[in-house]
Amino acid sequence: MTTCPSAVDEAPLTAGDYKSDYKPIWCPGCGDYSVLLALTKAFAQLQLRPELTSVVSGIGCSSRIPAYTSTYGFHGVHGRSLAAATGLKISRPDMTVVVTGGDGDGYSIGGNHFLHACRRNVDMTYIVMDNHVYGMTKGQPSPTTEPDWNSKLSPGGTGLRAFHPMVIALAAGANFVARAFAGDPNGTADIIAQAIKAPGFSFVEILSPCVTFRPEQRDWKSVARPSPVPPTNDGARAARRLMTDDGFNIGVLYQGERPPYQPPVGKARRTVADLEREFAL
Amino acid sequence: MAMEQSLGAPQSVSLAIAGSGGAGVMTTGNLLLTAAARAGLYGLFVRTSGPQIRGGEAAALLRLSSVPVQNLGDRFDALIAIDWQNIHRFADEIPLDADSLIIGDMSQGPLPEAFVRTGARPQDLNLKELAKAIPGAWPNMVALGLCAGMLGLPVEATRSAVETSLKKASDRLPASLAAVEAGYAAAAKLPGAKVIGGEAGKKRWLITGNEAAGYGAVRGGVRFVAAYPITPATEVLEWLAPHLVEVGGVLVQAEDELASINMAIGASYGGTPSLTATAGPGLSLMIEALGLSVASETPIVVVDVMRGGPSTGIPAKSEQSDISIAVNGLHGDAPRIVVVPNSIADCLTTTQWAVHLAEKLQSPALVLSDQFLGQSLAVIDRPEDATYVAERLIAPAGGENYRRYKITDDGVSPMAIPGTPGLAYTADGLEHNEKGTPSSQATDHRVQLAKRERKLSLHDYGDYWADLEGEGELAVITLGSTTGPVREAIARAARDGVKVRLLAVRLLAPVRPEHFAKALDGAKRILVVEQNHSRQFYRYLRSEYDFPVPLSSFARPGPLPIRPDEVYRQLIEWSRA
Ligand SMILES: Cc1ncc(C[n+]2csc(CCOP(=O)(O)OP(=O)(O)O)c2C)c(N)n1
Ligand code: SF4
Repeated sequence: MTTCPSAVDEAPLTAGDYKSDYKPIWCPGCGDYSVLLALTKAFAQLQLRPELTSVVSGIGCSSRIPAYTSTYGFHGVHGRSLAAATGLKISRPDMTVVVTGGDGDGYSIGGNHFLHACRRNVDMTYIVMDNHVYGMTKGQPSPTTEPDWNSKLSPGGTGLRAFHPMVIALAAGANFVARAFAGDPNGTADIIAQAIKAPGFSFVEILSPCVTFRPEQRDWKSVARPSPVPPTNDGARAARRLMTDDGFNIGVLYQGERPPYQPPVGKARRTVADLEREFAL
Repeated sequence: MAMEQSLGAPQSVSLAIAGSGGAGVMTTGNLLLTAAARAGLYGLFVRTSGPQIRGGEAAALLRLSSVPVQNLGDRFDALIAIDWQNIHRFADEIPLDADSLIIGDMSQGPLPEAFVRTGARPQDLNLKELAKAIPGAWPNMVALGLCAGMLGLPVEATRSAVETSLKKASDRLPASLAAVEAGYAAAAKLPGAKVIGGEAGKKRWLITGNEAAGYGAVRGGVRFVAAYPITPATEVLEWLAPHLVEVGGVLVQAEDELASINMAIGASYGGTPSLTATAGPGLSLMIEALGLSVASETPIVVVDVMRGGPSTGIPAKSEQSDISIAVNGLHGDAPRIVVVPNSIADCLTTTQWAVHLAEKLQSPALVLSDQFLGQSLAVIDRPEDATYVAERLIAPAGGENYRRYKITDDGVSPMAIPGTPGLAYTADGLEHNEKGTPSSQATDHRVQLAKRERKLSLHDYGDYWADLEGEGELAVITLGSTTGPVREAIARAARDGVKVRLLAVRLLAPVRPEHFAKALDGAKRILVVEQNHSRQFYRYLRSEYDFPVPLSSFARPGPLPIRPDEVYRQLIEWSRA
């Protein structure tokens, strides 16, 4: 994480400074607006240097966020944002890397990368705007959709158990695991800021309603509540809490102490020409 | 024995050393090549084995010569068998004839029928027994001495090769050297050993194409590699892993090829020249992301070491069957660079060139190597230093109103590297306007498509786009590892007074119509030689170029290599027509 130089000679950056002038294409009322607000507030809280911050995403409504920020951005292909971000962060450890996307992007097509990003523990923050649906493709079930949710593609529901992202993240080795709710942008900003500050791979699952295809998610504001317990650094304890989690406990669940994966880069010990010696007869 | 000149190739001998797994024939092959190299010879060493992952029958195929060799030749002068187990499996790969010798323990049982049919002469020699007489010695070391003796290699060259290889196991050295001597003694009793003269003193390397590709990448400036193992590309990655670290770079093992290519793209977006290496199945998985590299204009190099396909195909055997996917395999209008090294040495410079082109043109560049080039070990002249390096057009800090995908005359737009204040932009695989803002406007799409095409087609690729050799009304167009046997066929034809032109195409995409026209000016018959079933190269050429005369095709799939004699005979037949 690279923060701005001391604010003595420069006015501190505001959340607005981290927004681009490009107008989001989201439906009015989409939870992702609040996530964008929370993200820029978190950046301002940390006074991140925009040029040393990069937002990386895949494809989906939620994955549109990079272009809406004033930082560097990378809008890649569906499901592969974590891989692109991993390449960026490992080769450029000076950058603050934030990955954003949806539940379809991250848990379905990108599921394998999610597992391995948790396990690899590169120092970056992964924000999933979970709306339990594929928004961009107009309403199909995702891995977090309830089994009986009716849709054109799965009439009568999928009949499949929903996937619990935080259980997976914890089991796969993420160093920081939290849940936030888009309906509370300030609380979400705090959690995102903590996630960025935490070394290693930080995972923030944000309940972000899709008002178009899941209008009933507007009611999430009445069920989302602060988690009754403080964060733990004990993985087993965090896992036990998740056993009784109903999906609406908001807050940081777990922050571990596993050192991030960052191989050294940029320090040459030999010249390129010298390498040919091993081939010479 | 008759290790005379095989069909016109000056001073060359081909040997096969076979045995069951654990017999150590690969060690023999390696040491024999090293010894020959120290004696001033050139050579090529190809490993082949049965279907078992480890422990099955194996054969070391070698060709040694006074001049650099790029293929195994048409036939083998001798097959040396440590044992006969399943050796018949190699009958196709080790063509013998009445002038060939089969050396082995004839008391082990009858010669496999497939070899008897060739008319090759059996020579009874029990390598195992010779080894048994020396405590701690192995038959493969006797075989080494035998081969070296038959070739007339100085004992010191062979000894020093063995000494170097046993540096860390010096307790085994005395027995090994004694076994080598026993081999030399046995060779002395064989009739008519062949001596080929070497030329010491030249700067030469011992290298595989996969190592050469790795080194070429580093020379070009690659400092980030993401890897997922796959035969026969793994050695590119394994060579790069430690060496990248030494020059300040890094290799990351990815969870799959979808990840490896996207990691490389992410690193390249961050400003670091990046690469991944794979084979057909991995390339198939990478196709979508190659399109991202095209659309977002993020440079990336992919080395595809081709093997038999489709699907899992024949993993450890060579085939030039990824030509079509390389030139056509992306959705949308997606210009890309495809380059093809045509020798083991050329894997170095062509990969280095690919890095240069990808970076310069902010585009994906595919290097189509293949299993033969990648995994064969060769003695080569030290390649000349090439000046190709990564030179990306970088946007300077401080500009106003930065447009990442600005329309320029040559199509290349200055790229902002994250970290540069004031130029923040979002790289995008969605079609976009000049700023990078997603756009589905007809005009934006059209100008961006044209820009991306223009930057590749307008670039001056120089003379390196192909190797154009000789002249004549007969011409052969080929590419990649098939160039080796074609070159040799053309050299033989020349000795018969038949002049043939060679066009070995290195730049497969984008197309170079004027260059082709010039190169083939005056040709009356053109043969296209390639190693795949469906004539992928021939069909590509026909779809992209106008030729003065109809093309003829000579195409055969792997796993067997195309041999010089097959091409030579076609050329001679044409010359008489
Ligand atoms: C390889 C590929 N397959 C399918 C699609 C189509 N697609 C675009 S977005 C999307 C799902 C988006 O859902 P989610 O990630 O949950 O994001 P949301 O739109 O709900 O924010 C799909 C399937 C695609 N772009 N690429
Ligand atoms: S479809 Fe749903 S997720 Fe997409 S913008 Fe509209 S409300 Fe948001």
